Amino acid sequence: MKKEIFEPFNSSDNNFEQCVKCTICTVYCPVLEVNPDYPGPKQSGPDGERLRLKDPNFFDESLKLCLNCKRCEVACPHGVKIGDIIQLARIKYSKKKPKVRDMILANTDIVGTMASTFAPIVNPIVALKPVRLIMDGVLKIDHHRIFPKYAGMRFETWYRRYAASKQNDFKKHVSYFHGCYVNYNFPKQGKDLIKIMNAAGYGVHLLEKEKCCGVALISNNLIKQATKQARHNVEAFKKSIVDKNMPVISTSSTCIFTIRDEYPHLLGVKNDEIRDKSELATRFLFRLIDSGKLKLVFKKDYRKRIAYHTPCHMEKLGWSIYSTALLKMIPGIDFVSLESRCCGIAGTYGFKKENYKTSQGVGKPLFDQIESSDVDFVATDCETCKWQIEMSTAKKVEHPISILAEALDVEATVKLWQK
Amino acid sequence: MKFDNIIIGGGLSGLTCGIKLAEQGKKCAIVSSGQSAIHFFSGSFDLLGKLNGQEVKNPLEAIKTLPDAHPYQRVGIKNIARLAVEAPQLLDRAGLQFSGKSDQNHFVLTPMGIMKPTWLTIDDFTRFEQNDVFPWKKAVILNFSGFLDFHTLFVQDGLKKYDVDVQIKNFAMKEFEAIRRNPSEMRSTNIAKVFDQGEDVLNEFAQKVNQLSEGFEVVILPAVFGLFTKNVVTDLKSMINKPLVLIPAIPPSVPGIRSQILLRKRFEELGGTYFLGDIVEEGTFKNNRLVAVQTNNHGNIKLEADQFVLASGSFYSKGIVATRDKLYEPILGLDIDGDIDSEKWLDEKFFNDQPYMHYGVKTDSGFRALKNGKPIENLFAAGSVLGGANALKEGSGAGISLLTSLHVAEQILK
Repeated sequence: MKKEIFEPFNSSDNNFEQCVKCTICTVYCPVLEVNPDYPGPKQSGPDGERLRLKDPNFFDESLKLCLNCKRCEVACPHGVKIGDIIQLARIKYSKKKPKVRDMILANTDIVGTMASTFAPIVNPIVALKPVRLIMDGVLKIDHHRIFPKYAGMRFETWYRRYAASKQNDFKKHVSYFHGCYVNYNFPKQGKDLIKIMNAAGYGVHLLEKEKCCGVALISNNLIKQATKQARHNVEAFKKSIVDKNMPVISTSSTCIFTIRDEYPHLLGVKNDEIRDKSELATRFLFRLIDSGKLKLVFKKDYRKRIAYHTPCHMEKLGWSIYSTALLKMIPGIDFVSLESRCCGIAGTYGFKKENYKTSQGVGKPLFDQIESSDVDFVATDCETCKWQIEMSTAKKVEHPISILAEALDVEATVKLWQK
Repeated sequence: MKFDNIIIGGGLSGLTCGIKLAEQGKKCAIVSSGQSAIHFFSGSFDLLGKLNGQEVKNPLEAIKTLPDAHPYQRVGIKNIARLAVEAPQLLDRAGLQFSGKSDQNHFVLTPMGIMKPTWLTIDDFTRFEQNDVFPWKKAVILNFSGFLDFHTLFVQDGLKKYDVDVQIKNFAMKEFEAIRRNPSEMRSTNIAKVFDQGEDVLNEFAQKVNQLSEGFEVVILPAVFGLFTKNVVTDLKSMINKPLVLIPAIPPSVPGIRSQILLRKRFEELGGTYFLGDIVEEGTFKNNRLVAVQTNNHGNIKLEADQFVLASGSFYSKGIVATRDKLYEPILGLDIDGDIDSEKWLDEKFFNDQPYMHYGVKTDSGFRALKNGKPIENLFAAGSVLGGANALKEGSGAGISLLTSLHVAEQILK
């Protein structure tokens, strides 16, 4: 039954009515620039919300073209949560059921577990051109895309076998939310994190079973499952932060952004007790150094020219300064700033055949900057930005934590606090 | 996180102040809650356009008669004259070429088709030395079909008063079909992006303009050129075979966004840090000094500095807030120069000089902001957050922003 117009239902718990229609957000929307099918952040967000509150039939499926980069929110002079409004509208009103492909792309945990178990077989198979063409034809996963390789031994397994027992030797402790990418695809990043934290005098522990943060589930509209995982993770974080007084750090900007902001804003999962103590490792380290509690010593012979790419969620968090400040502390680094632009991948978005063109169009200004920067490699805090840049330019991408680990003089650093 | 200077507000005032300080070797940060009002830039900066309802010919002379509380008087007439020379030079170093004189206003053609006095005009636009003559007799106004943010009839009506024969022509190009599909996105910035992407479109466009303007003396177009690169404007001017007059379209403004980008770039190239999309939540005061500010993004990693500048804007930017019964400065709780009695905020005649337009943060003679009646030693206020002027009535908004922020920067550098 349709609701009467004058019932209090046409009020909203988001702040769309703060919009003054200045249109500044549309200037900074990376999708609008390359895909005119997308109605743009102002129309999709606050303008559309006004209509949707009257009648949900005003919902437009083209809202799925939003990358959820949140650059509109960063630009908005009036603090309207444009990106949240759009994502919430998709969650509330979209009638499209996720496809099989979407479920495969979104379930990074299940797929990762299977694929890493059979990594020696899976890696070469999904890299084969005929297989990619079949995935393109059947699943509509674009054939230009190359899946990140799965690791033979998961990070969690490695940790239990080789690292766990040493962690109690330290006086101070943190928990590490490694995320799916470190666990299934790139354990080295987790190992680098442990190397740095240990050198800084911190023991690193895993949470009592972490689950995927759920960002891909949210963007593929698998909300029930995302909410379940969010609740699970908040409880796991509480056990570390509240019960053991151990902050949680992560190396993935998107995971930490999802846990801190998307959980309460999009899924309605409260995280007040854990939010302040859940952060990126680079921010944790920066705070220690900035307050004089830690000093890192770097190797004298480390020389690299590095450009830093600001992932969209880092732009929203405002935290890229921590990563760049740490990198600039390494004496041998020749640092190149890139203008902050979206790379276009947006997690699973760019893997979908229908989004490939938009994705590459969005990323082009960034790729051009990188190609002309003459750097040894690019540094960034987001794993999917890493894939996109490596697929679309000739440059390799490293995580700031891995660069720090490579440049760090562990012995000299340890000596400073052991005295 | 420690800086020499932190500026709250990333608009014209904050950026000018930040650039000047950074040019002198200061390590500066700007915290901006979102993109700024430079996005509404008309192409000109006014110093003083009107006084007591009369158009001002010589702003530097006219300033002398302003009340003592006016920001220009507080900066000092001599300083204003000096800083008015410095301002366009600073903009020029950022890659923004302006021309104009502080002792003689020139005129620009507005979207309403009238000649308006102003101080500095960016070189996209045409400067007119007189307000009673339009130098051409036959003009053509060209507009993109479906572009609703350029009101050609206003311009035509306005120019008729100067005895100009004006024709309006609309035209379509296939490159704009895609953005036209979505009427709400046929905006000046989206048109500009198409021209930014390739020379071919611009070439084809210029040819079309030349064809359509045959038999006319001057071409009038909306200012939709050169969002991320200024070359588009200069290229276009060289390709069109007669004088080109650009007129600002409805915001967001293309030359405005380019200006914002270039000013921020200049600031960052000088080593400045620009925190976009962040909000200062509170300040830590100690012995009449502001020691640090806490922001939404950085939380318990506080931003510390030796001096702070509040350039947070007026009511529109929420630098000052008025609720039903309360007038306040929302960031640091500073004293406000304004009437406590809300009955007195408004004049019931809309077009009168509205009292609330004069309200702003209270400062001492050195532009130090007051809190509980006492000046905060290292906290300065600059730009439209200052009271004492009705920038809208006077045509003085940009002048106050540029010159008070340069003046405050000088106080810090002393």
